[in-house]
Amino acid sequence: MENRGETRPLDLFSSGHRACAGCGPALTIQAILRATGAKVFVVSATGCMEVVSSQYPQSAWNVPWIHSLFENSAAVASGIEVALKVLGRSDDGKVVVIAGDGGTVDIGMQAISGMFERGHDICYICYDNEAYMNTGNQRSGSTPYDASTTTSPAGAKSFGNDRPKKDMPAIAAAHGIPYVATTSVGYPKDLTTKVQKGISVDGPAYLQIHAPCNIGWGFDSAKTIEIARLAVETGLWAMYEIVDGKLTNVMKVSKSKPVEEYLKQQRRFAHLFKMPGGEAQIKIIQDKASANVDRLRVIAEEESR
Amino acid sequence: MMQIMEGSHAVALAVKVARPNVVAAYPITPQTHIVEDISQLIADGDLAAEYVKVESEHSAMSVCIGASATGARTYTATTSQGLALMHEVLFNAAGMRLPIVMTVANRALSAPLNIWNDHQDSISERDSGWIQVYAEDNTEASDMTVQAYKIAEDNRTSIPMMVCMDGYTLTHTYEPIDVLEQDLVDSFLPPYQPIDVLDVDDPKSFGMFADPNYYTEFRFQNHKALEDAETVMTEVSAEFGEIFGRDYGGLIETYRCDDAEYVAVALGSVVGTLKDTVDDLRAQGERVGAIKVRSYRPFPVAEIQSALTGVEAVGVLDRNVSLGFEGALFTDIKASLYGSKSTPNMYGFIAGLGGRDVTKRTFMKMFKKMQTSKAVEESEFSDLKPELLEEV
Ligand SMILES: Cc1ncc(C[n+]2csc(CCOP(=O)(O)OP(=O)(O)O)c2C)c(N)n1
Ligand SMILES: [Mg+2]
Repeated sequence: MENRGETRPLDLFSSGHRACAGCGPALTIQAILRATGAKVFVVSATGCMEVVSSQYPQSAWNVPWIHSLFENSAAVASGIEVALKVLGRSDDGKVVVIAGDGGTVDIGMQAISGMFERGHDICYICYDNEAYMNTGNQRSGSTPYDASTTTSPAGAKSFGNDRPKKDMPAIAAAHGIPYVATTSVGYPKDLTTKVQKGISVDGPAYLQIHAPCNIGWGFDSAKTIEIARLAVETGLWAMYEIVDGKLTNVMKVSKSKPVEEYLKQQRRFAHLFKMPGGEAQIKIIQDKASANVDRLRVIAEEESR
Repeated sequence: MMQIMEGSHAVALAVKVARPNVVAAYPITPQTHIVEDISQLIADGDLAAEYVKVESEHSAMSVCIGASATGARTYTATTSQGLALMHEVLFNAAGMRLPIVMTVANRALSAPLNIWNDHQDSISERDSGWIQVYAEDNTEASDMTVQAYKIAEDNRTSIPMMVCMDGYTLTHTYEPIDVLEQDLVDSFLPPYQPIDVLDVDDPKSFGMFADPNYYTEFRFQNHKALEDAETVMTEVSAEFGEIFGRDYGGLIETYRCDDAEYVAVALGSVVGTLKDTVDDLRAQGERVGAIKVRSYRPFPVAEIQSALTGVEAVGVLDRNVSLGFEGALFTDIKASLYGSKSTPNMYGFIAGLGGRDVTKRTFMKMFKKMQTSKAVEESEFSDLKPELLEEV
């Protein structure tokens, strides 16, 4: 590619892809590849990031990259990892999956479970934008409680999504894999550290990175990072590691902000501020966030003792 | 070296001498003996491959995709429900032009659940972009396994290939097998050398999405590759013949067709019974013949035309049914002969579903109908038991 005199080296996930302005997942992938460097094999699942980055004949990927289907990324990655091993090429680089929450916690679950259980040396990263965004913001197992999506719409008889977010990191950890971590695009340093740990661990690693979608969630495209940080500051998104089965490195939220600050900035929660009974729903969400913060604070304090 | 062994074992030994790097498979009757035998070959150190014990057939094919794109030679085997579960992955493997080789131990599809042989599973994957061949006996299943790698990996094709063999009838039957010797196979089948692989030093993107401006051209190339495979398959068969003494010829095999007036067409192991039936009828002075369709995709239209032009009637045996229409092979044979000078009368016979025996009597009945029917074209379930229809 022609060098246009820019001082920064070419990003491995190059600009010019077709993601929306303010896209959290696109920033996430850029940050992931800055953390990994060029010695990686990336497998993408069908979803927004695959679609915006790989419209023939243009590709945003400056690393070896493969997309097969929606639910089989962990299996395709297993094939690459095993092939590198038999062909004596394991030192070429690490195999990394980058998939959305739907491709991970729902339809891809079986293949991921197989990959974890077989112990492949693969770092699986889920960028969590909390719905099936590529197909138009339908609910996934990772959609939070009360979010209005196109298949869990708020209405006279509905406050939106009536189930809590699936705890995929706990499911991953239950496989006994050496490294599980959660992080957020709002905290690039934390993200970088965890990605680097994830790719350096020997065996399967699972990372879930909270990545706001301004279109689906309904907020101003300039506020992606702010929203990502608010999720952590309100206790709605927790950041921690599970190393060899032990919960550790919990990010402390010393004075958590009320959940309203996070909810009110997003169209997907707007109904909670208008509908009768909305207040009680916000209280439920607040209680969940507070319980989360308290639980993690205890663990964090135990650790620092 | 001739040895008496089970069909599944013959295939496992053929896989071994083809030297795959990665095997990924999930057990399903009647494919199990193949993957068990391969597991043992690996455990004993006789095959230096990684066997990925996947959690489903969907993942088996997906592992093969990842491994093949990395430059590994890959193998899998399945049947029936397992093949159906692979459906979307099959199209994906073909579209990415990855030369994966798979054995299909043909079996019926549920419901009702049935573990016995027919061809509904692989016939239903007709349009997946894979080459499909059907073996008549276990020697052919073994030979075609090794040939499959050479055909699939040829730069003119670069498409995956399934070798279909009848479940139980072949997989679980003991026959004398000419076991393929490693040094001869090595001289026949060079190591896999793909043009494009996943490589950190030369990063490429696989599996991109194509909009309406490009999609048709990708599909056309896939189609063209299957058509070109006809030449490659014939060449590979001839080369195999020179080394191993068995040349299967083109994509069909004609049997006593030269002056035949009535010709029966079939796929797979029933062709043996069909040939015996032809011999019996020939002994009685009947001018009958048989055609074994070795390759169902690509479909050998020209070969079918030249073999069947001028005959009085053609009968096609289908161990599958395109519900609401007729047997799939029957449709294709008719399509191949459309517009030919003197189109023969054509009769479709659906039989042998879910393991029901296809015997000489089945074929006798077929020839009888070809010789006596007044209809120009007709399809029937020829081994139906009407008395059971009330009951089921
Ligand atoms: C088997 C299958 N079912 C459904 C789809 C349609 N589909 C494509 S992408 C997608 C949603 C992806 O959601 P997610 O994994 O969260 O990624 P995002 O688009 O949000 O980044 C769906 C439902 C598909 N491609 N394949
Ligand atoms: Mg999503």
